[in-house]
Amino acid sequence: MIKTLQKSTWVYLFTGLMLVLLPFFKDERWFLFLMIQIFVFGIFAMSYDLLLGYTGIVSFGHAMFFGVGAYSVAITLDRFEPSFMSLLLGIVIAMAVGGLIAFIAGILTLRLKSHYYAMLTLALANLFLVLAEKWRSLTKGNDGFTFQIPELPGGLEDHRNMVIYLFCLVSMVVIFFGLKRLTESPLGKILVAIRENEQRVVSLGYKIMPYKVIISVISGVVASFAGVLYAISIRFVDTSVFAIDMTLDALLMTIIGGVGTLVGPIIGAGIIEFAHHYLSELSDVHWIFERWIILFGILYILVVIFFPSGIVGTINHKLATRKQRKKEDEQSDKLAS
Amino acid sequence: MESIIKTKDLTIAFGGHVAVNEVSVDIPKNQFTSVIGPNGAGKTTFFNMLSGQLTPTKGQVFFKGEDITKKSATERARIGIGRSFQITNVFPNITVFENVRLAIQSRENVRFQMLRHFTKYKAFADEAMSILETVLLKDRAKALAVNLSHGEKRKLEIAMLLALNTEVLLLDEPTAGMSLEEVPAILDVIKQIKEEENRTIILIEHKMDMVLGLSDQVMVLFNGEFLAQGSPDEIMENETVQAVYIGGSQDDKHTSEIGTD
Ligand SMILES: Nc1ncnc2c1ncn2[C@@H]1O[C@H](COP(=O)(O)OP(=O)(O)OP(=O)(O)O)[C@@H](O)[C@H]1O
Ligand SMILES: [Mg+2]
Repeated sequence: MIKTLQKSTWVYLFTGLMLVLLPFFKDERWFLFLMIQIFVFGIFAMSYDLLLGYTGIVSFGHAMFFGVGAYSVAITLDRFEPSFMSLLLGIVIAMAVGGLIAFIAGILTLRLKSHYYAMLTLALANLFLVLAEKWRSLTKGNDGFTFQIPELPGGLEDHRNMVIYLFCLVSMVVIFFGLKRLTESPLGKILVAIRENEQRVVSLGYKIMPYKVIISVISGVVASFAGVLYAISIRFVDTSVFAIDMTLDALLMTIIGGVGTLVGPIIGAGIIEFAHHYLSELSDVHWIFERWIILFGILYILVVIFFPSGIVGTINHKLATRKQRKKEDEQSDKLAS
Repeated sequence: MESIIKTKDLTIAFGGHVAVNEVSVDIPKNQFTSVIGPNGAGKTTFFNMLSGQLTPTKGQVFFKGEDITKKSATERARIGIGRSFQITNVFPNITVFENVRLAIQSRENVRFQMLRHFTKYKAFADEAMSILETVLLKDRAKALAVNLSHGEKRKLEIAMLLALNTEVLLLDEPTAGMSLEEVPAILDVIKQIKEEENRTIILIEHKMDMVLGLSDQVMVLFNGEFLAQGSPDEIMENETVQAVYIGGSQDDKHTSEIGTD
């Protein structure tokens, strides 16, 4: 078991290294930008899967953390001079506010039946959307605003996109390994048990609430950080970061890639972002390609019907059954037929 | 005799239906007490109030003299009241091994550790495997619980309860639905626990022969009412109990099982 675990870790590290080298071979602007989006949404979708896949909590308002992160860093950099200190301050504010909101929402509703959490998060996200639209002095309303990010020292400024690419990649890899450890810790195991059967968790002597609140806060903090990266990468923020589409994207990425895994959401983010990019280009061929959300709707339905455990889940399942079959064959034909 | 669990006027109503009605009993410490009664007598509901799954409408539950009526199921598990469920209640989409490991982890108070890898707690894994061996489930350790047969799930229930290692064990029909060849092994496990020091077992069971052989005490519930409590012999001779069982035996399979033994 330990051995296969290490093997997978090597695979992840190797893939990470490949991604580090990638922009040295292919550094077109659009491509770097696309990859950055994948990293950002990979992080965002992973944070979503902590709730949905690992703990069984359905949130329809995950965009609010993303939006809070994006606005926090944008406003800080806009109000103060665009230095690294301001950037750092923005990140700290983003994560603190994101965590606080997750904590309050969690305390208020996680005790109740799961659909209350889904509904409250939906309502809260909408509240933030309206707030961002109306509080013009702070957010410039629907128009949004552009802002400066700190200038990079020396010759790096000429390779700014590359630096942002690497920063987002490293963030994703670090968060991936951090969350992997979390999900494989004793606490992570309790989260999965909660997803499986709350009543049984209680009768084993565990409480439920502390775990739900803890994971909700961690998820909120990570999602806020994804929002920070998003804003930095486009140097612009508007109210769309609070839109329900953001939450649906995270949901879609998680489900396509594989619920209850961490690689899944990243792969899902890759598929969705690439599909989005290429399908939009096909809009000259047929108008339907411009309405890619329709295509994704169809894709979503197909995945739910044919691969309910997503890409990674299906592969894992195939591997497991193959292993099992091999073992059974070896043992004897006692279990066969 | 010293009692470990005591109930006073324990009552619960679902809507208008009183499932358990003013039951006041003493469960003796370090003894084997069986709870019998026909289907729908309120046995499981009574258990649910002892372990905290249900809150009584009226009355109290005491554990070692302390009123625990307001304590949550979580707290009761921690102070030493463990239970297994009649309707199998395991974690379906995780492995059999992990189901048991989670119980050990709780008993060992490893609740908020999120930085260490779970495999670092090797003692938990070893113990989980040895418990699975005890209940004859070792070769299924890697299977998902959802893929177990009914009898195997019953064994897993017992394994999880053993893993909790509580002072009081509430067993709700542990052998129901097991194949006949499997039952003796599970009974052996239960007998083994009985031999250990500081163990109070309360068992709900339909098979009267099993109850008589194992129990120090038998308590009878009927229609939510407490009917009688005493040694197996006393219960067999009790006229009210006889009347209830013989009277209700024609149309009730389980009751006739008890009646004929
Ligand atoms: N949650 C509930 N809501 C409504 N009624 C309930 C509930 N739980 C139990 N009952 C009712 O309470 C009565 C007692 O049920 P209980 O399950 O305790 O019986 P039992 O003695 O365990 O029976 P069995 O031998 O079939 O397991 C039954 O009439 C049942 O329908
Ligand atoms: Mg019952």
